[in-house]
Amino acid sequence: MSDFKALSEAVNKGDTKTALVEAQKALDAGSRAEEILDKGLITAMNEVGDNFSKGLIFVPQMLRSAKTMQECTNLLQPFFQEGDVTSKGKVLIGTVKGDLHDIGKNLVSMMLEGAGFTITDLGVDISPEKFVEKAREVKPDIIGLSALLSTTMPAMAQTIEALQKAGLRDKVKVMIGGAPVTEKYAQQINADSYASDAGSAVNKAKALLGIS
Amino acid sequence: MIIVGEKINTSRKDIEEAVKNRDAPFIIGVAREQAEAGAHYIDVNAGTFVDKETECLSWLVETVQSEIDIPLTLDSPNPEALAEAIKRHKGVPMINSISLEEERLQSLLPIISAQPCHVVALCMSQTSMPTTVEERVAVGSELIKKLTDAGTPLEMIYVDPLIQPVSVDVNMGPAALGAIRKIMHDFPGVNTICGLSNISFGLPKRRIINRNFLALCISYGLSAVIMDPTDRELMTTLITVEMLLGQDEYCGNYIEAYQNGHLI
Repeated sequence: MSDFKALSEAVNKGDTKTALVEAQKALDAGSRAEEILDKGLITAMNEVGDNFSKGLIFVPQMLRSAKTMQECTNLLQPFFQEGDVTSKGKVLIGTVKGDLHDIGKNLVSMMLEGAGFTITDLGVDISPEKFVEKAREVKPDIIGLSALLSTTMPAMAQTIEALQKAGLRDKVKVMIGGAPVTEKYAQQINADSYASDAGSAVNKAKALLGIS
Repeated sequence: MIIVGEKINTSRKDIEEAVKNRDAPFIIGVAREQAEAGAHYIDVNAGTFVDKETECLSWLVETVQSEIDIPLTLDSPNPEALAEAIKRHKGVPMINSISLEEERLQSLLPIISAQPCHVVALCMSQTSMPTTVEERVAVGSELIKKLTDAGTPLEMIYVDPLIQPVSVDVNMGPAALGAIRKIMHDFPGVNTICGLSNISFGLPKRRIINRNFLALCISYGLSAVIMDPTDRELMTTLITVEMLLGQDEYCGNYIEAYQNGHLI
């Protein structure tokens, strides 16, 4: 069995053309789609996330690698066996009420997906009520809240309160992030975790669920 | 080029401390150095004090204008904070900002039309961020209409085309620049304004990107900028580019800046 090194390297470089060729090669050689995903793609994206957190690569490279992974995942899609792919966890994510900023949220969603999580992205300007409604529906392991304005940060506390009132608070882990958000604020509003960028969001998410 | 000095923003640690401790001499110092460096307006923003924004913003207005005779740019989305700040402001203020977000528009329009003031109109709509030139111009045009209908003259409107990072999409630069050019062309007499730091989010050596973006904005017709006028490199770019575009009679500003040792 191949070691998927060429595939991982292509994902790392954001070289979609080569990555697709390598992914197809692996399929043709008899590798299971789930193994290609895990060892070739997810492993590469974990490295991408780490490199980003370390400041070795930047947002454009991260986006490029994520796009490459997405294309490869599309290629593999028809070949996944029933019950083969286990998601690392379900994440419900959105930008809080009154806030339309989505760049950070999109980066985090992308990196979590690249790490093997299943993402439901609600978009922007999401009220506490909507978070609760969707949480009931999706039953996520983690709820991610994003805010870019200091004036919309209070909506994070309101959302946590709404989850509490709905009896859902102890069924999920809440992770928050965004430019004005801090570790201190996360503790203040009793969030479970805070992540400062898309790279560390992956590590924090894994830590919340006790997985690696 | 109209310069709005951006430094008095409580998202900066030293400013936050000064506001917390009501350190008037410090705030006045930061305002004065910006005014002396060429700022026409001093932006004041206390947005990080979420529960105390109104009192902090009012304090900033009174403090800066207690010693410096300069109009201020009142930077807040909070109608209560703005209303109180306007009451204390001497002269004609600039309000930063209004957008097409329903709640913001409804609450700020009456406050803006209650007295003469300059207004920054941010090209953001109710549902999303604009991605193209056309979307920006559409939102900008609608905002201009709403403001002029409410009594604000075109010359007192400053359209901000919404600057987004190129790291996320390399078309963000052309989108913003194209919007500036089109708005200046379609509405003769209107102003355009923007800040310089959003463009470089997510990339290294942001200052290089910011000052080159300033040069491009000026060449596309930008009439006002929110920046740090004490940043000599940035001001050098501004002065040089204005001269190159034929806006500096006898190259006077450039030569004066040189003689004062300000060009770097």
